[in-house]
Amino acid sequence: MADVSLSGASLGVDSIQSSYLAQVQRRRLYGGLTLLIFIVLMVSGFTIADDRNAGGFWNGLHQVGDYPTDVLSEAWEQRADLPGLVVKYFPALVETVNIAAVSTLIGAIGGLFLSLLGTRGLAKWPRLILLFRRLSDIMRAVPEIVVALVLIFVLGGGPVPAMIAIAIHTAGSLGKMFSEVSENADLKPLEGLESTGATWFKRMLIGILPQVAPNYVSYTLLRFEINIRASAILGFVGAGGLGYELRNAMAWGPGRFDEAAAIFILLFGTIVFFDQVSSRYRNRLTEGQAQ
Amino acid sequence: MTAIDLNQTKFAAEKLFQRKRLVAFGIPAVIALYLAYIFFAFDLPGLAQRASMDNAVKLASDSWSHKVHVTRDNRSGEVSYAVEGERKGRYPEGQRPDWVSGDEVTTIDLGGDHIVRYLPQNRTEIDIPGFPLIEVQAEGRSLTSNLPEDLPDWISASSRRIGITTPEGRITLTGARTEVFNYFPGWELFWFTLDSPYHGEGLGSILFGKQIDPTRSNVAGALSDWWNNPMWRHRDVAWAIGETILMAFLGTMGAAIIALPLAFLAAKRFSPLMQIRASTRRLFDFVRGVDALIWTVVLARAFGPGPLTGALAILITDTGTFGKIFSEALENADQKQIEGVSSTGAKPLQRYRFGVIPQVVPVLLAQILYFLESNTRSATIIGAITGGGIGLMLTQAIQTQKDWEEVAYYIVLIILMVMFMDWFSGWLRGRLIGRSQ
Repeated sequence: MADVSLSGASLGVDSIQSSYLAQVQRRRLYGGLTLLIFIVLMVSGFTIADDRNAGGFWNGLHQVGDYPTDVLSEAWEQRADLPGLVVKYFPALVETVNIAAVSTLIGAIGGLFLSLLGTRGLAKWPRLILLFRRLSDIMRAVPEIVVALVLIFVLGGGPVPAMIAIAIHTAGSLGKMFSEVSENADLKPLEGLESTGATWFKRMLIGILPQVAPNYVSYTLLRFEINIRASAILGFVGAGGLGYELRNAMAWGPGRFDEAAAIFILLFGTIVFFDQVSSRYRNRLTEGQAQ
Repeated sequence: MTAIDLNQTKFAAEKLFQRKRLVAFGIPAVIALYLAYIFFAFDLPGLAQRASMDNAVKLASDSWSHKVHVTRDNRSGEVSYAVEGERKGRYPEGQRPDWVSGDEVTTIDLGGDHIVRYLPQNRTEIDIPGFPLIEVQAEGRSLTSNLPEDLPDWISASSRRIGITTPEGRITLTGARTEVFNYFPGWELFWFTLDSPYHGEGLGSILFGKQIDPTRSNVAGALSDWWNNPMWRHRDVAWAIGETILMAFLGTMGAAIIALPLAFLAAKRFSPLMQIRASTRRLFDFVRGVDALIWTVVLARAFGPGPLTGALAILITDTGTFGKIFSEALENADQKQIEGVSSTGAKPLQRYRFGVIPQVVPVLLAQILYFLESNTRSATIIGAITGGGIGLMLTQAIQTQKDWEEVAYYIVLIILMVMFMDWFSGWLRGRLIGRSQ
């Protein structure tokens, strides 16, 4: 090293400068190429999507407002009915929220076990860690609609297929998020508990859960927000709740737009409400941890 | 420390213990109560009656097996052979499965000594081990048979219709036609349909054997026949998966492109005007709160069914989500780097470009890639509603309630697709911002 720096300062600066410039140029080239590929992908993707769509983008663009305007103006004309309709669809709303709540609850319990059994150092059967990880990967990869549609065929329409479908997906994705948390958990309490002869269940309950609970609850609340949306969407394919009512109201078409509007309002209000509540609690949980 | 102090501390500690105990028992009790309420609210006891075990069995068996129909039209006396009873799966003229034999009398060997014979004059003989020979005569719209009054539960019979279910296969007889269903494991005709010259050829003979179709080379012909397979529609399925990924890609990237400049408007540090900040945030909250479902419904009215509608629905919803995440990331950006850049005399735009963007890009990229994967799943669902992509094919296949092997095929493909996107976005994240993230 010493030889190089001594062999002429002026040459060193020049070579450093030229190699730096070359590096910058190369980086710009790569950056430009990446950008170019990205733009080509976006433009060609848009063209393909536009071609395969029933109505074109530019024709449809000025019609975007038509449907909401129709719905809203009709709802405004019949605004006296709206409170009644909101009351009428309130049970459906409760069902949607219930689906989300139960599936989050069951999914969180499932995810808890999946994560504990799939984390090194915590697992009850260390040989099966990979199995539980794959299991949670697969459960996470299954879109809710797949399970829901199959279960609707077997169990008939209603909230239960949606609940099971969302719970499976929730267990998988929470399992992954939980295990990221529990990987960083302190293992010393476990050793202490093990020396007292505590069983695996007790070690997890007393040694690990108190450490990870704030993060777990925070993730679970986030999942609850997502699941409310999911349960509304699954209703649309026949699994009960607000989504189902929305599809029926829309199938009626003009004349019943006040019902569609009432459902829109309920859905919007619910999502915003639970988003706010959950984000407030999540903030509190993560703040409490930082202190 | 006096005794009173100690007593007070002890009292406080006991109270704390009591409260903790209450919570420890209270939370599980509340959960149990809630589950009990759900048990009745979702009508789980009634579910057992509504659930159709027949459907479950059909689903479980059809998803990995196929059946070949041997049908005799009792008016013309013609016998036809078709996989799954579909026109596309019909055996070409002069060909039939090798478990069927005979010309005047068509003998169908279902295996396990179960034999069905189609005799002339619309007579049918069914030979089942451990049961007397069943003879049925079809006349006009009615059936006469030698079945006893007392029937086992695997036979159902009336004067119009006789159904026999055996472990080897199913037989249905009506006045108009006689049908035998023979079940086999596997997805039949997955590679080639019966009218393709490559049907029944192994991989080796296609690759290295002599030319099968004189007009086409083996590999090209086989690929094209497989790709255009009319029963499994591999080309349409590939397009549908492409559409679904396209929806996710366009939606996620479009949302990120739109959300980035808006996020500057919503971040406290870059947007001094309170009104602009607040209104941008309300906009984010609004598009997020309306939710993909409603956006899909609204947009489908304007753009019609198809992948573009799904992409736009994802784009609008995620603009809100990204806007929120991005503006939070921008607010957490380190001020020192911006000061350093501005000390060189950089203009505001340059300050953003060199002071802010390099700091937030890893966070943003990580989020965008995570959403790309999660939106692949959403695109499947949105496709089912708006009518595009693999979601639509899946719903259609489930609604017809008979092509369960296709449903199974789509489900496997969807799961593979999502896992691929999961892996791909993780790989890309690793390449772009380093493994340590």
